[in-house]
Amino acid sequence: MNALFLAFAYLRYHWARSSVLVAVAALILFVPAATQILLSTSERALVARGDATPLLLGSRGSQLDLTMSALYFSDERPDPVPMAEVETVWDSNLGVPIPVHTAFSSSGFRIVGTTLDYFDFRGLSPVDGRGLSILGDAVIGSEVAESLGKGVGDTLVSAPENLFDLDGVYPLEMPIVGVLPQTNTPDDSAIFVDIKTAWVIQGIGHGHEDVVTAAEVASGTAAIANAAVVQYQRITPDNIDSFHFHGSQDGFPATAVIVVPNDTRSATILKGRYLDSEGPTQLIEPAGVIQGLVDRIFRIKSLLDAVTAIIAIAAFAAIGLAVFLSYRLRAREVATAVKLGARKGMVLRLLAAETVTLLSISAGIAALGAIIVSQNAEAWVGWLLSLGS
Amino acid sequence: MITVKDLKFGYAGGGFRLSVPEFKLDSRERLAIVGPSGSGKTTLLNLVAGILTPKSGDIDVDGTKVSDLSDAERRRFRATHMGFVFQDFALLDYLPARQNILYPYRITPALKLDSAARDRAQALADACGIGDKMDRHPSALSQGEQQRVAICRALVTQPKLILSDEATGNLDPDSKARILDLLFEQAAEAGAAVLAVTHDHELLPRFERVLDFAQFREGAAA
Repeated sequence: MNALFLAFAYLRYHWARSSVLVAVAALILFVPAATQILLSTSERALVARGDATPLLLGSRGSQLDLTMSALYFSDERPDPVPMAEVETVWDSNLGVPIPVHTAFSSSGFRIVGTTLDYFDFRGLSPVDGRGLSILGDAVIGSEVAESLGKGVGDTLVSAPENLFDLDGVYPLEMPIVGVLPQTNTPDDSAIFVDIKTAWVIQGIGHGHEDVVTAAEVASGTAAIANAAVVQYQRITPDNIDSFHFHGSQDGFPATAVIVVPNDTRSATILKGRYLDSEGPTQLIEPAGVIQGLVDRIFRIKSLLDAVTAIIAIAAFAAIGLAVFLSYRLRAREVATAVKLGARKGMVLRLLAAETVTLLSISAGIAALGAIIVSQNAEAWVGWLLSLGS
Repeated sequence: MITVKDLKFGYAGGGFRLSVPEFKLDSRERLAIVGPSGSGKTTLLNLVAGILTPKSGDIDVDGTKVSDLSDAERRRFRATHMGFVFQDFALLDYLPARQNILYPYRITPALKLDSAARDRAQALADACGIGDKMDRHPSALSQGEQQRVAICRALVTQPKLILSDEATGNLDPDSKARILDLLFEQAAEAGAAVLAVTHDHELLPRFERVLDFAQFREGAAA
């Protein structure tokens, strides 16, 4: 007890030195723990999303790009797959095809054009408002709602980009009709619209121009989400009937098609139909692709572990040296204690108490940090996985 | 209080040898030891305190043969029967004055830190004129105040013997006399004898007896 009293008094008096030692030791203990927690949570989140998506149909090319864009709404842009593929799956009666079109964004969040089947498939139901019902409607994820401070009744405007129509199409204003609950998945950071709405954004479908002008924007009568947008189109009850699409829907694009097979047999048959490596499309199992990615991440992690271990050894050696030098500086104190009759081992006990106190405080801080990381890991991992989308 | 007989001591590998045929210090007596550097004055203090052990001879302190005690017993005896005052004060920079005074209680189970000890520490500090500075660290005290803290630390355990090693060596001339008087006053009040090593001949008249140690040295300087 007395040793602890003296140790604590010494550490408190030399608070700057003690703080540095505590901070360094806490970091050494915290970083590997936090990394492990986040990686494990990432693995679970990644694998869970992959496992929850049985099959994915898309243009032949990188399976990882296809998976990342369709499941995590990332920046990867695989070649689009024609909607005719959706009809092919429907016609086979082997499963339910759910197209997703993720080529556009608004206020930094990915716009996901899809069908109502997506919400049933993911078990998503708005906590506020309603689902998609008419052209132009948008249902937003919880992270979108929180970050933008928007909710039902507000509007979003698609970012003024157009990859496929160089003639230029005005961005689309979309009323928010529903907000989804937090799921700690990429759905939290997505703006869901009907796939037809995505095609309107793309310029494939359009109505009689009812463009909100710069003057309206300047006068403040128009809500706007992007400062770069000076004119955009709006779908209203008056003009909705005028919206139409040119050409056959079979040729319209989707980023990918999630396929939910009726059963294992159906899945096997479907997979067999897309085995031709010369074919324009591929049917993949996202779980396998994600597992490959996770394996790669963990191979890198083992390297990181080795680096962390080396740094930890070096840092602890530095701490040990600092403590040793500190003890040397206290030789007079030790001599005084001996002269005053300190019991044998008292000096060692005192020095051990200081070291243990330092490490205990460091371990406490590291544990507290690890608990905070652990409690927020799912949300943070969800946010990390949605970065770049 | 102290009886030394036929004491012989030498450092291992060194030429220094100390031989004290006979030496006595009575209870409550104030004795100054003088002599040239290296004559063995501090060595005698360390032998009496049991920090060093003699090659031969007897050292009796307050009826206990210190030279016959084991290391652990000598430590315990030192903590309970002796108080030390050093030239450099030997205060701990990280403890306030109050905790410096109570430091002996923190380093040995032979002493029990209770409310009586705390009250004694405060009373000693009041008597030494530093009662209102008990929460200050040594860096916030003058040299004279630091030595007063050291005197309180030496007396707080109610020892019967105070060993003073150049206790006034670092003080200015005015403070030297005041601090020494304070030490004597407090030691007298506690009924303790004082064995003091000093180089300061101006202070010798304040002691009851002076012992020139040059006579006991037998070899090279230690």
